[in-house]
Amino acid sequence: MTERAPLALRLAAGAGLAFLHLPLAFIVLYAFSSEEKSYQFPPPSYTTRWFEVVWQRQDIWDAIALSVRVGLIATALALVLGTLAAGALARTRFFGREAVSLLIVLPIALPGIVTGIALRAAFGVAEIPFSFWTIVLGHATFCIVVVHNNAVARLRRTSPSLIEASMDLGADAFQTFRHVVLPNLATALLAGGMLAFALSFDEVIVTTFTAGQQTTLPIWMLTELIRPRQRPVTNVVAIFVMAVTFLPILAAYWLTRDTADVAGAGK
Amino acid sequence: MSALPAPAAPTSLRGRLSDLVVRRPRLLAGLLLAPPLIWLGLVYVGSLVALLVQSFWTLDDFTGAVVPDFSFAAYAELLQPANRDIVLRTVAMAAAVTLACGAIAFPIAYYAARHARGRTKAAFYLLVMLPLWSSYLVRVYAWKLILAKEGVVTWFAERTGTTALIDGLLAIPGIGGPSLSVSYVGTFLVFVYLWLPYMILPLQASLERVPKSFVEASGDLGARPGQTFRHVILPLALPGVAAGSIFTFSLTLGDYIAPQIVGPSAYFLGQVVYVQQGTAGNIPLAAAFSVVPIVIMGVYLTVARRMGAFDAL
Repeated sequence: MTERAPLALRLAAGAGLAFLHLPLAFIVLYAFSSEEKSYQFPPPSYTTRWFEVVWQRQDIWDAIALSVRVGLIATALALVLGTLAAGALARTRFFGREAVSLLIVLPIALPGIVTGIALRAAFGVAEIPFSFWTIVLGHATFCIVVVHNNAVARLRRTSPSLIEASMDLGADAFQTFRHVVLPNLATALLAGGMLAFALSFDEVIVTTFTAGQQTTLPIWMLTELIRPRQRPVTNVVAIFVMAVTFLPILAAYWLTRDTADVAGAGK
Repeated sequence: MSALPAPAAPTSLRGRLSDLVVRRPRLLAGLLLAPPLIWLGLVYVGSLVALLVQSFWTLDDFTGAVVPDFSFAAYAELLQPANRDIVLRTVAMAAAVTLACGAIAFPIAYYAARHARGRTKAAFYLLVMLPLWSSYLVRVYAWKLILAKEGVVTWFAERTGTTALIDGLLAIPGIGGPSLSVSYVGTFLVFVYLWLPYMILPLQASLERVPKSFVEASGDLGARPGQTFRHVILPLALPGVAAGSIFTFSLTLGDYIAPQIVGPSAYFLGQVVYVQQGTAGNIPLAAAFSVVPIVIMGVYLTVARRMGAFDAL
């Protein structure tokens, strides 16, 4: 099975990956374009001046700051709620378990616009004014599933005999949690948290429904896409967003890459 | 075991609490589950109920104000031909996007799962993850650059003499449009591009779970590689396809930004919801429209779960 793949398969896989990456390469190229008004290809000449322009734009910095604040608080909430749910669902069987897992997946399984407009409807009925917190509320809701998935996968791979051994050696439930379960979960939680942050940092559909006047970075970009002021500036911000979201992904990957052989998993 | 003396019951509160949760795992599960359930129940299910309730409200034709009177008016409006077309158009697009994603994702997932090892495998994983996480808007925007009139595709077509081919594609009614960036083809390409990683990842996971011994046994029993693929690997990879299709289908159903930036003037479902609740102020109709994807995804999730999609997530 591990012999060389057929040529057709390798070509198809390579073409697929190229399809995924070429558009991103164009974004990077366009960030250096000196052409301001159109999407002319190839760019007439190249410049780094847009990076400087972005650096001096206060509205961009404000949007980044808001996105980071929303992301951090939504991630913190999702970490607590997602981990608790994972702890309950990883091994215990009980009535309604399926329904609960469905409920956790639902905020991302249903289209974002449903989540968005549902929250907006609820804010309307409950007469809650739009604020920083209404954005956080929405983001935390769909981030729970990311943390939950990471934590549940790790818990399932962690052998129950580790917990039994801890108990046999005289630790109570809290000590076992503190010294056995939590250290085992730590990297999975960190990875889940980073993915949740990246998800929140990038979210635009739910945000348009739950933000009033606040402008997160994706909202800023959306406005620029519909009514562009300086097109290359958007490209530079796009590169920045790519960098910001890619670093957590790399880290999350690195943290969870060896989880197949967690200590004790082989019983 | 029964010969061992029972350990003395702990006296401290902490000890008793500890014993309680250890002896009664269901109680522990209940305690753990309460906060997330309260959150999701209150915030999420509560919101969905609020949405459902508003879909039965009435729009006063004279004042344009929303009146909380129970009626099926919004749903009746939904069934009008123009609105029905929007739903059908969106569902057709979602189905086409899902099929295309499956076709493009399969070789990538298959190669990554069954041929790539070590560093190649890690590289594959990261190469799939990078586009997935490098911002939704950035990726939509990239296609605007590519499909724009003066953009990459036009340039490439002029150099290779394929301009006529693209013009021919755009001339096909129901698919084409005045230019690539305002056509159904454009929207389709963007959607396929956006959701492709969501198909690759679960598909790869389920392909990895196909036991090697099954494939070997099939070969030993005389099946040609094609037969093994069709009768052993493909059926076992189906939960992965189902899991991936949940995302490709659902995300296409609800997206209103991609078709707005790269797409024809005809509306998709998400756009109507957005416009009706925003500028038009017809909240009951917007709510009724958003019940459509909920129902579709409800059916979809039920079928997908039967196929084992949830285990492949």
